Amino acid sequence: MATVYIGGAAGFAGDRSDAGVPLAAALAKCDGPRFLMYEMLAERTLALCQIERRKNPQHGYSPALERMLTPVLAPCLAAGIKIVGNFGAANPQAAARKLAAMAGAQKLRPPRIAVVEGDDLSGVLTREELAACETGGALLKTAREIVSANVYLGARPIADALDQGADIVVTGRVADSALALGTLLHAFEWRAADWDKLAAGTMAGHLLECGAQVTGGYFADPGCKDVPDLAHVGYPIAEVGDGGGIVMTKPDGTGGVVNRLTVIEQLLYEIHDPSAYLAPDVVLDLMNVEVAEIGNDRVRVTGARGKPAPDTLKATVCVDGGLLGEAEISYAGPGAAARAQLAADVIRRRVGEKAPNLRIRVDAIGAVSILGATDAPPALRDDGPQDVRLRFAAQSSDRAEIDVMLDEVEALYCAGPAGGAGVRRRVTPRLASTSCLIERRYTRPRVTMLEPS
Amino acid sequence: MTCRLRDVANARSGDKGNCLNIALVCRDPADYAAVAKAVTVERVREAFAARKPTQVVRYDLPKLAAFNFVLDNVLEGGVNSSLGLDGHGKSLSFLLLDMPID
Repeated sequence: MATVYIGGAAGFAGDRSDAGVPLAAALAKCDGPRFLMYEMLAERTLALCQIERRKNPQHGYSPALERMLTPVLAPCLAAGIKIVGNFGAANPQAAARKLAAMAGAQKLRPPRIAVVEGDDLSGVLTREELAACETGGALLKTAREIVSANVYLGARPIADALDQGADIVVTGRVADSALALGTLLHAFEWRAADWDKLAAGTMAGHLLECGAQVTGGYFADPGCKDVPDLAHVGYPIAEVGDGGGIVMTKPDGTGGVVNRLTVIEQLLYEIHDPSAYLAPDVVLDLMNVEVAEIGNDRVRVTGARGKPAPDTLKATVCVDGGLLGEAEISYAGPGAAARAQLAADVIRRRVGEKAPNLRIRVDAIGAVSILGATDAPPALRDDGPQDVRLRFAAQSSDRAEIDVMLDEVEALYCAGPAGGAGVRRRVTPRLASTSCLIERRYTRPRVTMLEPS
Repeated sequence: MTCRLRDVANARSGDKGNCLNIALVCRDPADYAAVAKAVTVERVREAFAARKPTQVVRYDLPKLAAFNFVLDNVLEGGVNSSLGLDGHGKSLSFLLLDMPID
């Protein structure tokens, strides 16, 4: 078999819903097995979905499912492009039923939809058992309640689902790169110990899993790194050969760029030790990878090496993280910096008196908010900016404490320095997360086909 | 002649919990040795001193003319705990790119 084509249509749940359309059109013209991959499940996203599922057992799949998949269902089913995505989130079965209903509403032939489960550890391991395998922290020892606990499954169940004839594979938590590797295990019948091939497939998945981040997104820097037509950036296609060779490209007629630099930036994105990137199916070694521009928006990536898969699987566990309170107010014109400084001092004094245990962070947006010191209050110079937006932030599980800060910022309108403008305030529930290493015997990945209704 | 790292290299930030990685890629692979000499672990630690990294590691990837820096415990707890606006550390690649080099 010559080449497998995989399009990377989403890098997160908030990604563009029209990104998959040019990919599906380009894949429809390719000769060989073709797949469209959706990575939509950040750590926090899954925990939020778990909360939704508890409220309503029919919910808990990605809230972006309908928005993201509606535009591509018809072209993919017509051209035989298989769809693989982790949009099942905390409820893959419900996502599959939703997809069947969406296809029905569009009067398409009923797709064969497979569901991959077994990532959810709630009911499998207790809080104490999870706490015993937590890495790099002790969040779970004291946590009141586990919101979600999901292990990163590997590529095999995805391949099994495709082997069973699925048009669409719905997963919950799987390793992002496994969404691509699963299609390759299916198409090429790679074996579990073909480490270098598994490494190449994992690398292809890693390059695809953030969508436009390999084609000019999260890259453009005018004057240094110009990207043509970023507004219509094309999302990536990986062309993968049986031997593990990869060419990264994008659909003709789209914006963006695929070159040595876009590919290397994404290759190392969120990587720690590049000689040992741990995935469920293989340990990926990037030290001998080479990247070569072989044509317009075509980059060959070779040299991934694989080492045997780790004994344990990573799990992400989310617990209640209290509330984040944020309030903002602006000062502009002559003396803005000094007035903002005074406002910050007033808030620190008053909140210090009324809620002494609340740690407040103060940012001066536009002056010192991102790259400055993290703890010290911003020191604004008298000749500083004439347009300062102050931001106050605090975290607590006590709503009353948060409200003290928010109310004090709002009161600056009448009782603070001159010209305080545009107060905005909000409270966001937070989830804290941590990682555990789970023995494989605790996980039972399983594949089921959705029964036609 | 002194210039900024941004004049010769690209950088991209990524997060894992409270740890930050920054991939640094030479725009011209011929600059690799000079960048390797200039952008030492000590200088990166200095550039990020305000965030008090507990460990800074540089991985060298000569075949890609690239480096991967990993800075531990610099994201104020990470995206789910930080009180700051950039809990992912996405903008922090530009703190590195602002470094003067010869």
